[in-house]
This record gives sequence, C-alpha cells and structure tokens, in this order.
Amino acid sequence: MKLELQGITKRFGSLVANDNIDLVVNPGEVHCLLGENGAGKSTLMNVLYGLYEPTDGQILVDGKPVTFRGPGDAMAVGIGMVHQHFMLIPVFTVAENVALGDEHTKAGGILDLDKTRARIREISDRYGFDVDPDALVEDLPVGVQQRVEIIKALVRKAEVLILDEPTAVLTPQETDELIQIIEELKAGGTAIVFISHKLREVKAVSDVITVIRRGAVVGTVEPSASTSDLASMMVGRQVSLSLNKAPATPGDTTFVVRNLTVPGSGGQNLLDNVSFEIAKGEILAVAGVQGNGQTELTEAILGLHPHASGSVQLKGKELLGMKVKDIIREGVGFVPEDRKIDGLVGSFSIAENMILNWYNEPPFAKGFAMKPSVVLKNAQEKVAEFDVRTQSAEAPVSTLSGGNQQKVVLARELSRPLNLFIASQPTRGVDVGSIEFLHKRIVAERDAGTPVMIVSTELDEISELADRIAVLHGGELMGVVPGDTSRDVLGLMMAGMTAEEALRQDASAVEERNRAAGGHRAAGAHRVTGEEDR
Amino acid sequence: MSIAATVTDPGVAGPSTRNWKAPIGFGVGALIALFVFAIGGPAATAVFRVSDDSDRFRLADIALPANVVGWVVAVALIAIAVYAFLQVRGGRGINRWAGIAYAVLFVVGFLTWVVGIADRPSISLAGLVAGSVTLAIPLIFGSLSGVLCERVGVVNIAIEGQLLSGAFAAAVAASVSGNAYVGLIAAAFAGVLVSLVLAIFSIKYLVNQIIVGVVLNVLVSGLTGFLASTLLSRDSATFNSPPGLPEVRIPLLADIPIIGPILFQQSIVGYFMYAAVIVIWIGLYRTKWGLRVRAVGEHPQAADTMGIKVNATRFWNVLLGGAVAGFGGAFFTLVSVSSFTRDMTAGQGYIALAALIFGRWNPIGAFFAALLFGFATNLRFVLSIIGTDVPSQFLAMLPYIVTILAVAGLVGRSRPPAAGGIPYVKE
Repeated sequence: MKLELQGITKRFGSLVANDNIDLVVNPGEVHCLLGENGAGKSTLMNVLYGLYEPTDGQILVDGKPVTFRGPGDAMAVGIGMVHQHFMLIPVFTVAENVALGDEHTKAGGILDLDKTRARIREISDRYGFDVDPDALVEDLPVGVQQRVEIIKALVRKAEVLILDEPTAVLTPQETDELIQIIEELKAGGTAIVFISHKLREVKAVSDVITVIRRGAVVGTVEPSASTSDLASMMVGRQVSLSLNKAPATPGDTTFVVRNLTVPGSGGQNLLDNVSFEIAKGEILAVAGVQGNGQTELTEAILGLHPHASGSVQLKGKELLGMKVKDIIREGVGFVPEDRKIDGLVGSFSIAENMILNWYNEPPFAKGFAMKPSVVLKNAQEKVAEFDVRTQSAEAPVSTLSGGNQQKVVLARELSRPLNLFIASQPTRGVDVGSIEFLHKRIVAERDAGTPVMIVSTELDEISELADRIAVLHGGELMGVVPGDTSRDVLGLMMAGMTAEEALRQDASAVEERNRAAGGHRAAGAHRVTGEEDR
Repeated sequence: MSIAATVTDPGVAGPSTRNWKAPIGFGVGALIALFVFAIGGPAATAVFRVSDDSDRFRLADIALPANVVGWVVAVALIAIAVYAFLQVRGGRGINRWAGIAYAVLFVVGFLTWVVGIADRPSISLAGLVAGSVTLAIPLIFGSLSGVLCERVGVVNIAIEGQLLSGAFAAAVAASVSGNAYVGLIAAAFAGVLVSLVLAIFSIKYLVNQIIVGVVLNVLVSGLTGFLASTLLSRDSATFNSPPGLPEVRIPLLADIPIIGPILFQQSIVGYFMYAAVIVIWIGLYRTKWGLRVRAVGEHPQAADTMGIKVNATRFWNVLLGGAVAGFGGAFFTLVSVSSFTRDMTAGQGYIALAALIFGRWNPIGAFFAALLFGFATNLRFVLSIIGTDVPSQFLAMLPYIVTILAVAGLVGRSRPPAAGGIPYVKE
C-alpha cells in the first residue's frame, strides 16, 4: 500500500502545527520523521490516523483520496499506530486489549477471546514476540507492552505502521530488539513511519528521512547523511553535539549515601540498599530505564520519603530524617524530573517561580512581608543570565516553551550557594539548542566545586555529562562505572547485570562478532548501541 | 464493626509503605470483642431459630451460650489481629481469608452477645436474613446504576434522585392506571429522565459530575416533595394509592430453609433484582459490550484510538443506569409501602453509592455490600422487637457506621475505574 500526504496543514487557532506537508510512504520502506519535540511530527501522525481532521490538504491511499473521520477509518484502510504513550488498558489482559474494538463474538454478544488468543500466538510466533495473551498488561515490561501495541496493529492487518517515538521508553537492548522487529516487518512488506528526535536511531533504521522543523518539511535526506548535518537541519542552525568538557578534578568526598532503602507497599523495596558517594567537582550520572528507583533515590535524598532508611550524609551531616525545607537550607539544589508537576507553579509568574523555595528569606522577604521589587529584579537578572526567552519576567511560567521553563527551574536552583546539586531528567522535552546550554551550566556548577548528581534515562545525556555512571535496575545499584563506559555495557547493566557480568558478556560478544564478521562490522550494521556512530 | 476482607494488594507498588490500617482496625475490633462480648458477655443462651412453626421442613434451633462464644470469638480475633500485625511488620500482605474470617467471627460474636443480653434471647435467623434482602433491594438497584455509570467513567451521585423519581413515578402511574406494572415502567422512565440531565451536563457540557449529581438530588427531592404536598395530597385516591405488587411464591423451592424465602418468595422487583445482578455481571465481564464499556471507563483515549465512540458509550450507559435505579425506586411505593411520601428514599441512594465502592465497582460485590447494609438496618428492627438493652439510637446508627468503615478503606484497596469523573474531550 502506498500512502501519500499532500499539502497537509493543521491549525489550532492561530498556531500552525503542520504547514503544507507532503510525504510519500512506500511499501516495505522505513520512513523516518525527524524533528524536535514540538516540531509537529505527532500532530501530523494524528492527522494521518484520523484523530485530527486536517485544516487543509489530502491523504491518498494507492493514489485514491481518502478522508478519515476517526481512527476506525484509518485502521480500515490498513494504517496502524503505536502511540508514544501506549494506548493500552493496564487492567486488561493482552488478549482483551488486542480484541478491543475488533472483537470476535459468540451468540448473544459473548466475547470469544480464544480466536484473539490464537491470532496473538500466531503473530507472536512469527515475529518472535514472546507475548502471553493472558498476561495482565500492567504487569508487563514496557518493551513487551510495545509489542502488544504492534500486535494490535498487525491483527488489524496494518500495512502502514506508525511508530511515534518508540524508543523513548526502551533500554538499549530493547531498542535493538525493536529494530530487528522493524526489519522483519519491512521484509514482510509493511511500511513503517518511524518518528523520532534521536539521530542515532533514525540513521540506523531508516530508508528515507524527512526532517520537520516548526511544522514544515525542511528536506528529505538519505540515512547516509552525517549526524551533524541532520542535527543542523532539525534545529535550523549549527549545533555542537559534543560538550567538550574538561576532565573532572574531584576534591573531597562530601556526599555519601549508605544502604539507602525505600520500602514499597507490597513488601518489595523500591530502592534497595543503595550506596555511593560523590566528590566535590564531580558529576555522577544515574542511568537506568524509567521506573527503576531513580525517582525514589532523588526523593529520598531530598527528604520526600518518610520511610527511607540508611544514611545520606552531606559534609558529615545526616540528611535522612530532616525536613525538606532544612535539607534545601543545607544547600541542596534539586531539579525534579517533571518540571510541570514538581518544579514550577504554572500560573505563577516567572519571578515568583524563581524564588519558590527561597521566598521567605532575605532579600526576598522581611518578616511577614515580601518584597516584590527585589523578587522582580532578581528574576530579570536570571532571565538575562539564563537566556530565558520571554516578553516579561512577570509572564506566567506556563506560557513558556519546555526548554525555557527548564531554564527557569535551573536558574532558581543554581543561583544560590550549593553543597550538592541534583538534576533529574534535566533536558527532558527540551529543544536541542537549549540542551547544549543547560548541559554547559551543569558542567559549570561541577567546575565550581559542587558534587553533582544527574539522573537521566537518555544514554546520550549520561555519556555526555558523566564523570562516573551509576546504573539502577529494579531499585538496586548494578555498579558504578567510569564515564566512558560503552553503551553496550551500560545497556546490559540497565537490564539487570552487575558491572562485572556486563563487562565479561560484552567482551565475549565483541569477540564473537569479530570472528563472525571477519573483523568487519557487517553484522552490526544496524546496531544502534554500538560505538560506530559516535 | 469491621467487616473487612482486608487485602494489601501486593501487585501494586505505590509510594506509600506499610499500611497499618488493617492491623489497627483488627486490634480495635478484637479489644471490643474482648471487653464487650467476652468479659461483658451475659450468662445467657442465645437462640437462633432456623425454622418457623409454619415451615414445611423444620430444622433444630441453634442455641449458643453467649459468654463461651464471646470468649472464643475474642481469642480468635486477637489471634487474627496479631497475625495481621506480624504480616504488616514483615512487609507482607494479609491473606484475604484472614479478613473474611475476621468479619464472620466478629458478626457471630456481636449477634450472640446482642441477642444474649436481650429480654427474650431468641431471634429467627430466617426472618433476619430474609428481611435483610428485602431492605437491600433498592440499594442493589441503586448500586447497579452506579456500576453502569462509573464503569464507563461517569460518577453517579444522582442515584438518590433516580430512586426517588422512580418511587414517585411508580406511585402516580400505578395509581392513575390502576396497574402496578405500568408503574414499574414509568419508574424506569423517570430514572432515565434524571440520568438524561446528568448525561447531557456531564458529557456534553463537561460540568463537574459530582456537582450535577448533587444538584439533581436536591432538584428531584424538591420537585417530588412539591408535587406530593399539592397534587398527591389533594387527591390521594387518584394519584397516590398505587396497587401493590404481590409476592410471587414458587412452590416447593420457597420451602427450603433460610434460602427459600430469599430466592423464591419475592415480589417481581426482587426477582428482577437477581436477574439484573447476573445480567449486568455477565454483560460487563463476558461480552463485547462490557469490554468496550470498561475500556471507556479505564482509558477513554485508548478506546477512542480503537474506534470506539467514547461519549456515545458513556451517554447510553448513563441512561441505562438511570433506568435500573428508577426501576429499583418503584420498590418503595409498589412493594415496601403503598403510597409516596416526601423524601421516602431517606438517603438510601448514598448508601447505594457506598455499597458500590465497598463492592469494588463489581455488580456481585455491590450486591453483597448492599446486603450487608440491608442486614445492618434489619438487625436494628429485629433487636428492638426482642427488647435489647442497647440504646435504639445506637442501633439506628449501625448501617451508617458500617458504611463509614466500609468506605474509609477498611476493606483494603479498591481501585475505581481510572477515568471516573473525568470528561473526555478530544483535542
């Protein structure tokens, strides 16, 4: 099935999310849509999947124009979509999720899940998915949930499969498995639309790359294009992808975590006996797949977990058991993982958000009274210093883009003397241009002699910033390794191997690959976890 | 009274840690049992009559020495409380059966004690149970309405209004037509009408569902109250003297001790109640319709991407819920008493809401929860007949205490449909 988009325009009020976009997807082809967060990729795909109606333009299937009034219409012509946030019902089984909307029934509308189970097994065997139709979706790891989504599309005989940011939630190994699945689907004649902002993956999987910026197509390129060319097309200017930070000069070890444990409600520990330390002037990056104890680790350090046990010492002082406010007063800067929920008050002004954890201290307050002029002046200085793009420091922070909101959080946390700086997902949902800036500020804080802890699920970011890397899996620390450890080893650790096991396994895998390929990289041509692309 | 099937759900790892609610609740209950049932146990024998003199089959009465039972129950409850304490301290879950056993023992202990201290320590078990079911019928219809609405993601606070409108419509329609069955149909329609307002405001105009529900209850109460004091009282012979629905007794089956009268000696509304519980349960968990309904209540966006019309599904389900509750409301005027009086549902709609939560949004769970509330209410009547020393005000509180304990979460974690109360708007 050949799919064409002609002149698709989608407006939301005055905002043009898609501007006159043309796109052709051929059978058996992996077509990548590359663009930054907010460039309009997902909007375009939602138009294609019938979730949005285009303001203008048309969709052609095998040369014939079609209109979709809902996802049902899109599915009927053979378009399937795997959303970035999975459209699975957690309390349903795999079979129930797959059946939903396309149920087999016996007399009287009674569900016949056996037919669905058989179809799932058939597809699962054919592509090696290893999915149990009777498993409850909420019990499955995200990688498997994603396969359930793919099965949902395949059961409905999808010939075009849209994958919206499919690797955002996966470990590097799961990403490799996904890429293999894509290869097999492609070989079977399915067309894939692969949406991503990660250059490395896009280069690894695609046959054609279409780059989108601010809702418009800026060009279509071959996957052989260089990473820096792709990046500059995507951002619209030259960006330096590497940070070129100076080697760390660690000082005294002032931050020590010992046997930190956070119990969960079901008897299982969310954080299990974690011990590490960070020296002044050093960045420790905590890697791991989302939901493996990172949130609990940062929250426990900040005093947000009343049942945490163990010891957290900063400059010899025990933080565990102290109130959050007192911990902040000890000079702990904290960038929470979700700025919209924990980092900012959306309807407050930038100026107010700049002093959220400092509002009752001089110079911003005197007694019961606040000093609005000082607050505003402080904000104006920080806005200039951190290059926050806004009309006014009094504008509500919710009017800013993600990158600028994150700059506000960082500006607040970095503008007081710190003894420890913790940043969780410091660049999530931030445009490439701002990432560079935020990373530089974090490194500058390190160079000023602060122990820094970064938590990130993006391995690129981990490798970029880390002087040492700690890997969490299932709440346990798999080990602390040097900052230049290979992605393969990190990936194995993120999947639950200790540092030693991962290094051993990786060494033997490399050996085997070298032997099999006669020293060439043919076998690894589509591996994204390898070092080749860097 | 802690009527607890307490389970700490090991599958769900939340941010909270050890939950001490269950051991504390168990402990308090065990202490009450120790001091009241055991130490304060009367030296009397509590007699529970299984059969009445008129029954075809007669079984022997159960006679329990009150203070012995009190001690046995107290010791067993303390043991369960200690077990729960140890389990929670060890970070483990509490076995579901421990909670159920606790609840059963507590009820046995309480009944034996309360009957033992009465002037005439003898009650009819069959009458107690059968009366409980009868009192539970409108509650069950009400909570089924709640199940239908909430499973699809619309919070239905208006159960009270639906019951009351059903009661009113049934009374008027049956009186005017002279036919009780016309009253039943009118009751269902009245419930649908209330639901229609709820559906339009909450689904189409995105008004807060709880506010709409509460307003509807007040509106129905005011409207029926006004009509009752004007139209109905002016000519009550024409408008407010509905023919009752007779009890339909199925021969032989109705003679089975205890369960006979419950299952086979009911009004048509009672039989419909059993049918509705079963049909709705099968519908929700075994059919295509149910799969879609539950999907819409859990994750409407996912349902939408699979081509299911979310708001239409919600709309029809809310109307269906109204029909069920309205039908149940007919019980008040066609079965229970034979005329409509102002606010005669007396907050039963809210108790039905509690039964729905207690029953974990499951028709069968709601059925048993409603039965429990019916039992608590009936106990009060039965005890006042046998002349107990417990103050009647305390007995009047019983159903509400049970409700509060149930809803406060002594029953363990119950997980409502994830999208409950949130209107679905396509971006």
